[in-house]
Amino acid sequence: MNDILKFLLEYREAIFIIILSIFLGIEVISHVPSVLHTPLMSGANAIHGVVIIGAIIVMGHAVNILAMILGFIAVVLGTLNVVGGFVVTDRMLEMFRKKKKQL
Amino acid sequence: METIQTLTKTFEFSEYISILELSYILASVLFILGLKKLSHPDTARSGNLWAAAGMGLAIVFTILFHKTKLEDGTYQGIHNIGWIVGALIIGTVVGWLAARKVKMTAMPQMVSIFNGMGGACAALISMMEFPRMQNELAGHQATTMLNGEALAILLGLMIGGVSFAGSMVAFGKLDERIGDVKSPVLRYINLSFLFILLGFVVFIMFKSPVAGENWMIYTLAGLALVYGVTFVLPIGGADMPVVISLLNSFTGVAAAMGGFLYSNQAMLTGGILVGSSGTILTMLMCKAMNRSLLNVIIGAFGGSSAAGPATGDKTVKEISLSDAAVLLSYSQKVLVVPGYGLAVAQAQHLCHELENLLASKGVELKYGIHPVAGRMPGHMNVLLAEADVAYEKLQEMEDANNEMNNTDVVIVVGANDVVNPAAEDDASSPIYGMPVIKVWEAKNTIIMKRSMAKGYAAIENNLFFMPKSRMLFGDAKATLQKLVSEIKNL
Repeated sequence: MNDILKFLLEYREAIFIIILSIFLGIEVISHVPSVLHTPLMSGANAIHGVVIIGAIIVMGHAVNILAMILGFIAVVLGTLNVVGGFVVTDRMLEMFRKKKKQL
Repeated sequence: METIQTLTKTFEFSEYISILELSYILASVLFILGLKKLSHPDTARSGNLWAAAGMGLAIVFTILFHKTKLEDGTYQGIHNIGWIVGALIIGTVVGWLAARKVKMTAMPQMVSIFNGMGGACAALISMMEFPRMQNELAGHQATTMLNGEALAILLGLMIGGVSFAGSMVAFGKLDERIGDVKSPVLRYINLSFLFILLGFVVFIMFKSPVAGENWMIYTLAGLALVYGVTFVLPIGGADMPVVISLLNSFTGVAAAMGGFLYSNQAMLTGGILVGSSGTILTMLMCKAMNRSLLNVIIGAFGGSSAAGPATGDKTVKEISLSDAAVLLSYSQKVLVVPGYGLAVAQAQHLCHELENLLASKGVELKYGIHPVAGRMPGHMNVLLAEADVAYEKLQEMEDANNEMNNTDVVIVVGANDVVNPAAEDDASSPIYGMPVIKVWEAKNTIIMKRSMAKGYAAIENNLFFMPKSRMLFGDAKATLQKLVSEIKNL
Protein backbone atom coordinates (compact mmCIF):
# COMPACT_ATOMS: atom_id res chain seq x y z
CA MET A 1 0.00 0.00 0.00
CA ASN A 2 2.74 2.36 0.99
CA ASP A 3 4.56 1.53 -2.21
CA ILE A 4 1.54 2.41 -4.30
CA LEU A 5 1.09 5.74 -2.54
CA LYS A 6 4.78 6.50 -3.00
CA PHE A 7 4.46 5.59 -6.66
CA LEU A 8 1.48 7.92 -7.10
CA LEU A 9 3.36 10.80 -5.49
CA GLU A 10 6.54 10.20 -7.44
CA TYR A 11 4.79 10.13 -10.79
CA ARG A 12 1.91 12.50 -10.04
CA GLU A 13 2.74 14.81 -12.93
CA ALA A 14 2.92 11.99 -15.45
CA ILE A 15 -0.34 10.54 -14.11
CA PHE A 16 -1.96 13.97 -14.44
CA ILE A 17 -0.82 14.29 -18.03
CA ILE A 18 -2.02 10.78 -18.83
CA ILE A 19 -5.50 11.37 -17.45
CA LEU A 20 -5.91 14.76 -19.10
CA SER A 21 -4.60 13.43 -22.40
CA ILE A 22 -7.11 10.58 -22.33
CA PHE A 23 -9.98 13.04 -22.04
CA LEU A 24 -8.41 15.29 -24.64
CA GLY A 25 -8.05 12.42 -27.10
CA ILE A 26 -11.70 11.43 -26.66
CA GLU A 27 -12.87 15.03 -26.97
CA VAL A 28 -10.81 15.77 -30.06
CA ILE A 29 -12.01 12.70 -31.92
CA SER A 30 -15.73 12.62 -31.19
CA HIS A 31 -18.07 13.68 -34.00
CA VAL A 32 -15.74 12.70 -36.81
CA PRO A 33 -17.50 12.05 -40.13
CA SER A 34 -16.89 8.46 -41.23
CA VAL A 35 -15.26 9.73 -44.42
CA LEU A 36 -12.33 10.86 -42.32
CA HIS A 37 -11.90 7.69 -40.26
CA THR A 38 -9.13 6.34 -42.44
CA PRO A 39 -7.03 9.53 -42.74
CA LEU A 40 -7.53 10.20 -39.05
CA MET A 41 -6.35 6.74 -38.09
CA SER A 42 -3.40 7.15 -40.40
CA GLY A 43 -2.59 10.58 -38.93
CA ALA A 44 -2.79 9.25 -35.40
CA ASN A 45 -0.58 6.38 -36.54
CA ALA A 46 2.06 8.90 -37.57
CA ILE A 47 1.79 10.79 -34.28
CA HIS A 48 2.63 7.74 -32.18
CA GLY A 49 5.85 7.67 -34.17
CA VAL A 50 6.92 10.14 -31.46
CA VAL A 51 8.39 6.99 -29.91
CA ILE A 52 11.37 7.79 -32.14
CA ILE A 53 12.48 10.34 -29.54
CA GLY A 54 13.02 7.47 -27.14
CA ALA A 55 14.99 5.63 -29.81
CA ILE A 56 17.19 8.68 -30.37
CA ILE A 57 17.83 9.01 -26.65
CA VAL A 58 18.77 5.32 -26.32
CA MET A 59 20.94 5.47 -29.40
CA GLY A 60 22.53 8.66 -28.11
CA HIS A 61 23.86 6.83 -25.06
CA ALA A 62 24.58 3.44 -26.57
CA VAL A 63 28.05 2.23 -25.67
CA ASN A 64 28.35 -1.38 -26.78
CA ILE A 65 27.94 -2.75 -30.26
CA LEU A 66 24.69 -4.65 -29.55
CA ALA A 67 23.01 -1.51 -28.21
CA MET A 68 24.30 0.42 -31.22
CA ILE A 69 22.81 -2.06 -33.66
CA LEU A 70 19.47 -2.29 -31.85
CA GLY A 71 19.38 1.50 -31.46
CA PHE A 72 20.11 2.01 -35.13
CA ILE A 73 17.30 -0.35 -36.09
CA ALA A 74 14.96 1.36 -33.62
CA VAL A 75 15.66 4.81 -35.09
CA VAL A 76 15.14 3.52 -38.64
CA LEU A 77 11.84 1.86 -37.69
CA GLY A 78 10.67 4.94 -35.80
CA THR A 79 11.47 7.16 -38.77
CA LEU A 80 9.58 4.80 -41.07
CA ASN A 81 6.57 5.16 -38.79
CA VAL A 82 6.79 8.95 -38.71
CA VAL A 83 7.65 9.74 -42.32
CA GLY A 84 5.58 6.96 -43.89
CA GLY A 85 2.62 7.79 -41.66
CA PHE A 86 2.54 11.48 -42.46
CA VAL A 87 3.16 11.01 -46.18
CA VAL A 88 0.45 8.35 -46.54
CA THR A 89 -2.00 10.58 -44.67
CA ASP A 90 -1.10 13.52 -46.86
CA ARG A 91 -1.68 11.46 -49.98
CA MET A 92 -5.13 10.43 -48.80
CA LEU A 93 -6.07 13.99 -47.92
CA GLU A 94 -4.63 15.40 -51.11
CA MET A 95 -7.41 13.66 -53.01
CA PHE A 96 -10.08 15.11 -50.77
CA ARG A 97 -8.75 18.60 -51.28
CA LYS A 98 -8.75 18.25 -55.03
CA LYS A 99 -12.45 17.52 -54.85
CA LYS A 100 -13.11 20.63 -52.79
CA LYS A 101 -11.66 22.85 -55.48
CA GLN A 102 -13.97 21.50 -58.16
CA LEU A 103 -17.11 22.17 -56.18
CA MET B 1 24.14 22.86 -14.81
CA GLU B 2 22.98 24.35 -11.53
CA THR B 3 20.65 22.99 -8.94
CA ILE B 4 17.66 25.08 -7.98
CA GLN B 5 15.93 24.56 -4.67
CA THR B 6 12.39 25.78 -4.19
CA LEU B 7 10.09 25.23 -1.25
CA THR B 8 8.68 22.04 -2.68
CA LYS B 9 11.35 20.44 -4.78
CA THR B 10 14.80 20.41 -6.19
CA PHE B 11 15.44 20.47 -9.89
CA GLU B 12 18.28 20.89 -12.30
CA PHE B 13 18.40 23.96 -14.45
CA SER B 14 20.20 24.69 -17.67
CA GLU B 15 19.25 26.67 -20.75
CA TYR B 16 19.39 23.51 -22.80
CA ILE B 17 16.88 21.65 -20.71
CA SER B 18 14.53 24.63 -20.71
CA ILE B 19 14.71 24.98 -24.47
CA LEU B 20 14.16 21.25 -24.92
CA GLU B 21 11.13 21.21 -22.60
CA LEU B 22 9.74 24.27 -24.37
CA SER B 23 10.05 22.50 -27.71
CA TYR B 24 8.20 19.50 -26.25
CA ILE B 25 5.36 21.71 -25.06
CA LEU B 26 5.12 23.25 -28.50
CA ALA B 27 5.24 19.81 -30.13
CA SER B 28 2.43 18.57 -27.86
CA VAL B 29 0.29 21.58 -28.75
CA LEU B 30 0.94 20.94 -32.44
CA PHE B 31 -0.06 17.27 -32.03
CA ILE B 32 -3.32 18.24 -30.34
CA LEU B 33 -4.17 20.95 -32.87
CA GLY B 34 -3.16 18.66 -35.71
CA LEU B 35 -5.43 15.88 -34.50
CA LYS B 36 -8.26 18.37 -33.99
CA LYS B 37 -7.87 19.74 -37.51
CA LEU B 38 -7.62 16.21 -38.91
CA SER B 39 -11.16 15.56 -37.79
CA HIS B 40 -12.70 18.20 -40.09
CA PRO B 41 -12.68 17.72 -43.86
CA ASP B 42 -11.71 21.30 -44.66
CA THR B 43 -8.73 21.50 -42.35
CA ALA B 44 -7.58 17.88 -42.39
CA ARG B 45 -4.61 18.33 -44.66
CA SER B 46 -3.14 21.26 -42.77
CA GLY B 47 -3.74 19.35 -39.54
CA ASN B 48 -1.54 16.56 -40.79
CA LEU B 49 1.20 19.06 -41.62
CA TRP B 50 0.93 20.68 -38.20
CA ALA B 51 1.40 17.35 -36.48
CA ALA B 52 4.34 16.58 -38.77
CA ALA B 53 5.89 19.95 -37.90
CA GLY B 54 5.53 19.15 -34.19
CA MET B 55 7.26 15.83 -34.78
CA GLY B 56 10.14 17.41 -36.69
CA LEU B 57 10.59 19.98 -33.95
CA ALA B 58 10.70 17.36 -31.22
CA ILE B 59 13.21 15.21 -33.13
CA VAL B 60 15.62 18.03 -33.97
CA PHE B 61 15.57 19.54 -30.49
CA THR B 62 16.07 16.13 -28.88
CA ILE B 63 19.21 15.54 -30.93
CA LEU B 64 20.54 19.02 -30.19
CA PHE B 65 19.65 19.54 -26.57
CA HIS B 66 18.91 16.25 -24.83
CA LYS B 67 21.06 15.53 -21.76
CA THR B 68 21.07 12.42 -19.62
CA LYS B 69 22.20 12.43 -16.01
CA LEU B 70 24.87 9.79 -15.46
CA GLU B 71 25.51 7.74 -12.32
CA ASP B 72 28.26 10.12 -11.22
CA GLY B 73 25.97 13.15 -11.48
CA THR B 74 27.45 14.59 -14.65
CA TYR B 75 25.44 15.21 -17.79
CA GLN B 76 25.94 13.77 -21.17
CA GLY B 77 24.50 14.98 -24.48
CA ILE B 78 23.46 12.80 -27.41
CA HIS B 79 26.34 10.74 -28.83
CA ASN B 80 26.55 8.78 -32.09
CA ILE B 81 24.91 11.69 -33.91
CA GLY B 82 26.33 10.49 -37.22
CA TRP B 83 24.65 7.11 -36.81
CA ILE B 84 21.39 8.69 -35.69
CA VAL B 85 21.27 11.04 -38.65
CA GLY B 86 22.15 8.13 -40.92
CA ALA B 87 19.28 6.08 -39.52
CA LEU B 88 16.94 9.06 -39.87
CA ILE B 89 17.90 9.46 -43.51
CA ILE B 90 17.45 5.77 -44.29
CA GLY B 91 14.06 5.73 -42.57
CA THR B 92 12.96 8.92 -44.32
CA VAL B 93 13.95 7.76 -47.79
CA VAL B 94 12.44 4.29 -47.41
CA GLY B 95 9.29 5.57 -45.67
CA TRP B 96 8.79 8.34 -48.20
CA LEU B 97 9.23 6.08 -51.20
CA ALA B 98 7.02 3.35 -49.76
CA ALA B 99 4.25 5.82 -48.92
CA ARG B 100 4.46 7.54 -52.32
CA LYS B 101 4.70 4.41 -54.45
CA VAL B 102 1.99 2.34 -52.82
CA LYS B 103 -1.28 2.03 -54.72
CA MET B 104 -4.33 3.64 -53.17
CA THR B 105 -5.90 0.21 -52.78
CA ALA B 106 -2.98 -1.00 -50.69
CA MET B 107 -3.22 1.96 -48.31
CA PRO B 108 -4.65 -0.04 -45.39
CA GLN B 109 -1.76 -2.51 -45.57
CA MET B 110 0.71 0.36 -45.56
CA VAL B 111 -0.83 1.97 -42.48
CA SER B 112 -0.62 -1.42 -40.80
CA ILE B 113 3.08 -1.80 -41.62
CA PHE B 114 3.96 1.68 -40.40
CA ASN B 115 2.04 1.00 -37.22
CA GLY B 116 4.03 -2.19 -36.72
CA MET B 117 7.29 -0.27 -37.16
CA GLY B 118 6.31 2.07 -34.33
CA GLY B 119 5.47 -0.88 -32.11
CA ALA B 120 8.79 -2.57 -32.90
CA CYS B 121 10.62 0.67 -32.15
CA ALA B 122 8.97 0.90 -28.72
CA ALA B 123 9.81 -2.76 -28.02
CA LEU B 124 13.46 -2.29 -29.00
CA ILE B 125 13.80 0.73 -26.71
CA SER B 126 12.57 -1.38 -23.82
CA MET B 127 14.96 -4.21 -24.71
CA MET B 128 17.88 -1.81 -24.53
CA GLU B 129 16.74 -0.03 -21.40
CA PHE B 130 16.04 -3.17 -19.39
CA PRO B 131 19.67 -4.33 -18.94
CA ARG B 132 20.71 -0.80 -17.96
CA MET B 133 17.96 -0.50 -15.39
CA GLN B 134 18.60 -3.97 -14.01
CA ASN B 135 22.32 -3.32 -13.61
CA GLU B 136 21.56 -0.06 -11.86
CA LEU B 137 19.09 -1.71 -9.47
CA ALA B 138 21.49 -4.60 -8.82
CA GLY B 139 24.17 -2.03 -8.06
CA HIS B 140 21.90 -0.50 -5.42
CA GLN B 141 21.20 -3.94 -3.91
CA ALA B 142 17.48 -3.67 -4.65
CA THR B 143 15.53 -6.82 -3.77
CA THR B 144 12.82 -6.47 -6.42
CA MET B 145 12.27 -4.53 -9.62
CA LEU B 146 9.02 -3.14 -8.26
CA ASN B 147 9.13 0.44 -9.55
CA GLY B 148 7.53 2.65 -12.16
CA GLU B 149 10.53 2.54 -14.48
CA ALA B 150 10.59 -1.25 -14.68
CA LEU B 151 6.83 -1.34 -15.19
CA ALA B 152 7.07 1.15 -18.05
CA ILE B 153 9.90 -0.83 -19.68
CA LEU B 154 8.11 -4.16 -19.42
CA LEU B 155 4.73 -2.83 -20.56
CA GLY B 156 6.41 -0.93 -23.40
CA LEU B 157 8.01 -4.16 -24.58
CA MET B 158 4.86 -6.20 -24.17
CA ILE B 159 2.48 -3.77 -25.90
CA GLY B 160 4.98 -2.78 -28.56
CA GLY B 161 5.72 -6.43 -29.36
CA VAL B 162 2.05 -7.37 -29.58
CA SER B 163 1.40 -4.35 -31.78
CA PHE B 164 4.30 -5.21 -34.10
CA ALA B 165 3.43 -8.88 -34.55
CA GLY B 166 -0.30 -8.13 -34.78
CA SER B 167 0.22 -5.44 -37.40
CA MET B 168 2.31 -7.76 -39.51
CA VAL B 169 -0.41 -10.43 -39.43
CA ALA B 170 -3.02 -7.76 -40.24
CA PHE B 171 -0.87 -6.70 -43.16
CA GLY B 172 -0.64 -10.30 -44.35
CA LYS B 173 -4.40 -10.71 -44.15
CA LEU B 174 -5.18 -7.48 -46.00
CA ASP B 175 -2.65 -8.39 -48.65
CA GLU B 176 -4.27 -11.82 -48.83
CA ARG B 177 -1.03 -13.60 -47.97
CA ILE B 178 -2.51 -15.03 -44.79
CA GLY B 179 -5.91 -16.69 -44.71
CA ASP B 180 -8.35 -16.69 -41.84
CA VAL B 181 -7.72 -19.28 -39.20
CA LYS B 182 -11.02 -20.07 -37.61
CA SER B 183 -10.68 -22.39 -34.69
CA PRO B 184 -12.54 -22.15 -31.43
CA VAL B 185 -9.49 -23.65 -29.68
CA LEU B 186 -7.43 -20.64 -30.66
CA ARG B 187 -9.66 -18.51 -28.47
CA TYR B 188 -8.56 -20.39 -25.36
CA ILE B 189 -4.94 -20.56 -26.45
CA ASN B 190 -5.18 -16.82 -26.90
CA LEU B 191 -6.62 -16.16 -23.51
CA SER B 192 -4.08 -18.36 -21.77
CA PHE B 193 -1.26 -16.64 -23.65
CA LEU B 194 -2.50 -13.29 -22.41
CA PHE B 195 -2.42 -14.56 -18.82
CA ILE B 196 1.04 -16.07 -19.26
CA LEU B 197 2.25 -12.77 -20.68
CA LEU B 198 0.83 -10.69 -17.82
CA GLY B 199 1.99 -13.25 -15.27
CA PHE B 200 5.49 -13.11 -16.67
CA VAL B 201 5.58 -9.32 -16.34
CA VAL B 202 4.58 -9.66 -12.68
CA PHE B 203 7.19 -12.42 -12.21
CA ILE B 204 9.97 -10.20 -13.56
CA MET B 205 8.93 -7.30 -11.37
CA PHE B 206 9.10 -9.38 -8.19
CA LYS B 207 12.37 -11.00 -9.17
CA SER B 208 15.52 -9.67 -7.55
CA PRO B 209 17.66 -7.91 -10.13
CA VAL B 210 20.91 -9.62 -11.13
CA ALA B 211 23.31 -7.60 -13.24
CA GLY B 212 23.70 -9.00 -16.72
CA GLU B 213 20.89 -11.52 -16.45
CA ASN B 214 18.78 -10.78 -19.50
CA TRP B 215 17.00 -14.01 -20.47
CA MET B 216 13.68 -12.74 -19.08
CA ILE B 217 13.55 -9.78 -21.38
CA TYR B 218 14.13 -11.95 -24.45
CA THR B 219 11.51 -14.43 -23.27
CA LEU B 220 9.03 -11.62 -22.72
CA ALA B 221 9.73 -10.26 -26.18
CA GLY B 222 9.17 -13.71 -27.68
CA LEU B 223 5.93 -14.22 -25.76
CA ALA B 224 4.65 -10.80 -26.84
CA LEU B 225 5.36 -11.59 -30.49
CA VAL B 226 3.61 -14.95 -30.30
CA TYR B 227 0.61 -13.41 -28.56
CA GLY B 228 0.44 -10.68 -31.21
CA VAL B 229 0.17 -13.37 -33.89
CA THR B 230 -2.41 -15.54 -32.12
CA PHE B 231 -4.40 -12.41 -31.19
CA VAL B 232 -4.96 -11.30 -34.78
CA LEU B 233 -4.93 -14.68 -36.56
CA PRO B 234 -8.51 -15.76 -35.74
CA ILE B 235 -10.05 -12.35 -36.51
CA GLY B 236 -11.74 -12.22 -39.92
CA GLY B 237 -10.08 -10.29 -42.71
CA ALA B 238 -13.09 -8.02 -43.02
CA ASP B 239 -12.50 -6.82 -39.47
CA MET B 240 -8.88 -5.81 -40.07
CA PRO B 241 -9.69 -2.07 -40.12
CA VAL B 242 -10.94 -2.33 -36.57
CA VAL B 243 -7.91 -4.40 -35.59
CA ILE B 244 -5.48 -1.93 -37.14
CA SER B 245 -7.18 0.92 -35.35
CA LEU B 246 -6.94 -1.03 -32.09
CA LEU B 247 -3.27 -1.89 -32.63
CA ASN B 248 -2.72 1.75 -33.51
CA SER B 249 -3.91 2.77 -30.08
CA PHE B 250 -1.75 -0.01 -28.55
CA THR B 251 1.33 1.48 -30.17
CA GLY B 252 0.27 4.86 -28.81
CA VAL B 253 0.26 3.43 -25.30
CA ALA B 254 3.65 1.76 -25.91
CA ALA B 255 5.06 5.13 -26.98
CA ALA B 256 3.60 6.71 -23.85
CA MET B 257 5.43 4.09 -21.77
CA GLY B 258 8.65 5.42 -23.26
CA GLY B 259 7.54 8.92 -22.28
CA PHE B 260 6.97 7.71 -18.74
CA LEU B 261 10.40 6.11 -18.68
CA TYR B 262 12.26 9.22 -19.83
CA SER B 263 9.88 11.72 -18.19
CA ASN B 264 9.43 12.94 -21.73
CA GLN B 265 6.25 14.97 -22.02
CA ALA B 266 6.08 14.99 -25.81
CA MET B 267 6.15 11.19 -25.94
CA LEU B 268 3.70 10.96 -23.08
CA THR B 269 1.08 13.34 -24.53
CA GLY B 270 1.56 12.13 -28.11
CA GLY B 271 1.31 8.48 -27.10
CA ILE B 272 -1.68 8.78 -24.79
CA LEU B 273 -3.48 11.07 -27.23
CA VAL B 274 -3.21 8.40 -29.90
CA GLY B 275 -4.04 5.69 -27.37
CA SER B 276 -7.31 7.30 -26.31
CA SER B 277 -8.38 8.72 -29.67
CA GLY B 278 -7.49 5.41 -31.29
CA THR B 279 -9.68 3.57 -28.83
CA ILE B 280 -12.59 5.93 -29.51
CA LEU B 281 -12.06 5.57 -33.24
CA THR B 282 -12.11 1.78 -32.84
CA MET B 283 -15.41 2.05 -30.98
CA LEU B 284 -16.87 4.30 -33.68
CA MET B 285 -15.90 1.78 -36.35
CA CYS B 286 -17.50 -1.04 -34.38
CA LYS B 287 -20.62 1.08 -33.97
CA ALA B 288 -20.80 1.61 -37.72
CA MET B 289 -21.00 -2.17 -38.04
CA ASN B 290 -23.40 -2.43 -35.12
CA ARG B 291 -21.07 -4.78 -33.26
CA SER B 292 -19.15 -4.60 -30.04
CA LEU B 293 -15.38 -4.59 -29.85
CA LEU B 294 -15.43 -7.84 -27.90
CA ASN B 295 -17.52 -9.39 -30.64
CA VAL B 296 -14.92 -8.39 -33.21
CA ILE B 297 -12.00 -9.70 -31.17
CA ILE B 298 -13.57 -13.01 -30.27
CA GLY B 299 -14.67 -13.26 -33.88
CA ALA B 300 -18.36 -14.10 -34.11
CA PHE B 301 -18.07 -13.70 -37.89
CA GLY B 302 -17.53 -16.73 -40.02
CA GLY B 303 -17.83 -19.21 -37.21
CA SER B 304 -20.12 -22.14 -36.66
CA SER B 305 -23.48 -20.40 -37.10
CA ALA B 306 -22.49 -18.75 -40.34
CA ALA B 307 -23.57 -21.52 -42.68
CA GLY B 308 -26.91 -19.91 -43.52
CA PRO B 309 -29.82 -21.61 -45.24
CA ALA B 310 -29.04 -24.23 -47.85
CA THR B 311 -29.02 -22.82 -51.33
CA GLY B 312 -28.83 -25.87 -53.53
CA ASP B 313 -32.26 -25.41 -55.07
CA LYS B 314 -31.99 -21.72 -55.73
CA THR B 315 -30.89 -20.29 -59.01
CA VAL B 316 -29.57 -16.92 -59.97
CA LYS B 317 -30.47 -15.00 -63.09
CA GLU B 318 -27.75 -13.57 -65.25
CA ILE B 319 -28.05 -10.45 -67.34
CA SER B 320 -26.27 -9.95 -70.64
CA LEU B 321 -24.06 -6.93 -71.20
CA SER B 322 -26.32 -5.53 -73.91
CA ASP B 323 -29.42 -5.89 -71.73
CA ALA B 324 -27.59 -4.16 -68.89
CA ALA B 325 -26.50 -1.37 -71.22
CA VAL B 326 -30.06 -0.82 -72.46
CA LEU B 327 -31.46 -0.94 -68.95
CA LEU B 328 -28.97 1.66 -67.73
CA SER B 329 -29.40 3.96 -70.71
CA TYR B 330 -33.14 4.20 -70.25
CA SER B 331 -33.10 4.73 -66.50
CA GLN B 332 -33.38 7.98 -64.68
CA LYS B 333 -31.63 7.25 -61.41
CA VAL B 334 -28.79 4.79 -61.04
CA LEU B 335 -26.95 3.98 -57.82
CA VAL B 336 -23.55 2.33 -57.70
CA VAL B 337 -22.79 0.46 -54.48
CA PRO B 338 -19.05 -0.20 -54.38
CA GLY B 339 -17.24 -2.72 -52.20
CA TYR B 340 -13.82 -4.24 -51.85
CA GLY B 341 -14.13 -5.83 -55.31
CA LEU B 342 -13.98 -2.33 -56.77
CA ALA B 343 -10.74 -1.67 -54.92
CA VAL B 344 -9.19 -4.99 -55.97
CA ALA B 345 -10.10 -4.47 -59.61
CA GLN B 346 -9.04 -0.80 -59.53
CA ALA B 347 -12.34 -0.06 -61.23
CA GLN B 348 -12.94 3.38 -59.72
CA HIS B 349 -11.91 5.26 -62.89
CA LEU B 350 -14.28 3.19 -64.97
CA CYS B 351 -17.10 3.95 -62.55
CA HIS B 352 -16.43 7.60 -63.14
CA GLU B 353 -16.38 7.03 -66.89
CA LEU B 354 -19.72 5.24 -66.69
CA GLU B 355 -21.05 8.12 -64.61
CA ASN B 356 -20.03 10.70 -67.25
CA LEU B 357 -21.33 8.57 -70.07
CA LEU B 358 -24.72 8.14 -68.42
CA ALA B 359 -24.82 11.82 -67.50
CA SER B 360 -24.52 12.65 -71.21
CA LYS B 361 -27.63 10.55 -71.75
CA GLY B 362 -29.47 12.35 -68.98
CA VAL B 363 -29.14 9.52 -66.48
CA GLU B 364 -28.22 10.48 -62.96
CA LEU B 365 -25.63 8.18 -61.34
CA LYS B 366 -24.77 8.40 -57.68
CA TYR B 367 -22.73 6.27 -55.32
CA GLY B 368 -24.08 4.69 -52.17
CA ILE B 369 -21.30 4.40 -49.65
CA HIS B 370 -21.65 1.99 -46.77
CA PRO B 371 -19.57 3.18 -43.80
CA VAL B 372 -17.57 -0.05 -43.65
CA ALA B 373 -17.46 -0.93 -47.35
CA GLY B 374 -13.97 -1.99 -48.38
CA ARG B 375 -11.23 -2.76 -45.94
CA MET B 376 -11.22 0.50 -44.02
CA PRO B 377 -13.92 3.02 -43.16
CA GLY B 378 -13.85 5.69 -45.82
CA HIS B 379 -11.93 3.35 -48.14
CA MET B 380 -14.48 3.84 -50.94
CA ASN B 381 -14.53 7.61 -50.50
CA VAL B 382 -10.77 7.74 -50.90
CA LEU B 383 -10.81 5.52 -54.00
CA LEU B 384 -13.61 7.38 -55.73
CA ALA B 385 -12.02 10.71 -54.84
CA GLU B 386 -8.90 9.45 -56.60
CA ALA B 387 -10.98 8.91 -59.74
CA ASP B 388 -12.25 12.53 -59.60
CA VAL B 389 -15.77 11.61 -58.56
CA ALA B 390 -17.39 14.75 -57.15
CA TYR B 391 -18.18 14.89 -53.45
CA GLU B 392 -21.92 15.44 -53.88
CA LYS B 393 -22.21 12.25 -55.93
CA LEU B 394 -21.33 10.22 -52.85
CA GLN B 395 -24.36 9.38 -50.77
CA GLU B 396 -24.22 8.15 -47.23
CA MET B 397 -26.07 4.92 -46.48
CA GLU B 398 -29.12 6.62 -44.92
CA ASP B 399 -29.64 8.99 -47.86
CA ALA B 400 -29.18 6.18 -50.35
CA ASN B 401 -31.75 4.05 -48.51
CA ASN B 402 -34.27 6.91 -48.42
CA GLU B 403 -34.12 7.30 -52.17
CA MET B 404 -34.00 3.59 -52.92
CA ASN B 405 -37.66 3.29 -53.95
CA ASN B 406 -37.14 5.88 -56.68
CA THR B 407 -33.94 4.31 -57.94
CA ASP B 408 -34.27 2.51 -61.25
CA VAL B 409 -31.09 0.46 -61.22
CA VAL B 410 -28.59 -0.37 -58.52
CA ILE B 411 -25.20 -1.66 -59.65
CA VAL B 412 -23.42 -3.53 -56.90
CA VAL B 413 -19.72 -3.50 -57.73
CA GLY B 414 -17.78 -5.99 -55.66
CA ALA B 415 -19.80 -5.48 -52.50
CA ASN B 416 -21.45 -8.35 -50.68
CA ASP B 417 -21.98 -8.25 -46.95
CA VAL B 418 -22.97 -4.57 -46.88
CA VAL B 419 -25.94 -5.32 -49.18
CA ASN B 420 -27.04 -8.57 -47.54
CA PRO B 421 -30.75 -8.66 -46.65
CA ALA B 422 -29.98 -11.20 -43.92
CA ALA B 423 -28.86 -8.27 -41.76
CA GLU B 424 -32.50 -7.12 -41.79
CA ASP B 425 -34.58 -10.27 -41.73
CA ASP B 426 -32.54 -13.26 -40.57
CA ALA B 427 -32.08 -13.14 -36.80
CA SER B 428 -29.81 -16.19 -36.91
CA SER B 429 -27.36 -14.51 -39.28
CA PRO B 430 -24.08 -13.34 -37.74
CA ILE B 431 -24.51 -9.96 -39.39
CA TYR B 432 -28.09 -9.54 -38.18
CA GLY B 433 -28.63 -5.98 -37.03
CA MET B 434 -25.81 -4.47 -39.06
CA PRO B 435 -27.13 -1.50 -41.05
CA VAL B 436 -27.01 -2.32 -44.77
CA ILE B 437 -27.80 -0.60 -48.05
CA LYS B 438 -31.22 -1.93 -49.04
CA VAL B 439 -30.51 -2.38 -52.72
CA TRP B 440 -33.33 -4.92 -53.07
CA GLU B 441 -35.85 -2.09 -52.68
CA ALA B 442 -34.74 -0.55 -55.98
CA LYS B 443 -36.56 -1.41 -59.19
CA ASN B 444 -33.65 -3.44 -60.59
CA THR B 445 -30.41 -4.68 -59.11
CA ILE B 446 -27.37 -5.65 -61.16
CA ILE B 447 -24.68 -7.42 -59.17
CA MET B 448 -21.15 -7.50 -60.52
CA LYS B 449 -19.21 -10.34 -58.98
CA ARG B 450 -16.26 -12.47 -59.90
CA SER B 451 -18.04 -15.66 -58.85
CA MET B 452 -20.70 -16.90 -56.48
CA ALA B 453 -18.12 -16.94 -53.69
CA LYS B 454 -19.20 -15.61 -50.34
CA GLY B 455 -18.13 -12.27 -48.95
CA TYR B 456 -15.60 -11.81 -46.19
CA ALA B 457 -18.14 -12.62 -43.54
CA ALA B 458 -18.44 -16.01 -45.30
CA ILE B 459 -22.22 -16.03 -45.27
CA GLU B 460 -24.77 -16.65 -47.97
CA ASN B 461 -26.35 -13.60 -49.57
CA ASN B 462 -30.01 -14.04 -50.49
CA LEU B 463 -29.92 -10.86 -52.51
CA PHE B 464 -28.52 -12.82 -55.45
CA PHE B 465 -31.61 -15.02 -55.55
CA MET B 466 -34.19 -12.24 -55.31
CA PRO B 467 -36.56 -11.75 -58.27
CA LYS B 468 -35.30 -8.26 -59.12
CA SER B 469 -31.63 -9.26 -59.00
CA ARG B 470 -29.50 -10.01 -62.06
CA MET B 471 -25.92 -11.19 -61.98
CA LEU B 472 -23.12 -9.92 -64.19
CA PHE B 473 -20.17 -12.21 -63.60
CA GLY B 474 -16.56 -11.24 -64.20
CA ASP B 475 -13.81 -8.97 -62.98
CA ALA B 476 -15.32 -5.59 -62.07
CA LYS B 477 -12.91 -3.64 -64.22
CA ALA B 478 -13.27 -5.79 -67.33
CA THR B 479 -17.04 -5.94 -66.97
CA LEU B 480 -17.37 -2.20 -66.49
CA GLN B 481 -15.10 -1.62 -69.47
CA LYS B 482 -17.31 -3.81 -71.66
CA LEU B 483 -20.44 -2.18 -70.25
CA VAL B 484 -19.13 1.30 -71.05
CA SER B 485 -18.31 0.40 -74.66
CA GLU B 486 -21.65 -1.36 -75.00
CA ILE B 487 -23.48 1.79 -73.89
CA LYS B 488 -21.37 3.89 -76.27
CA ASN B 489 -22.42 1.63 -79.17
CA LEU B 490 -26.11 1.91 -78.45
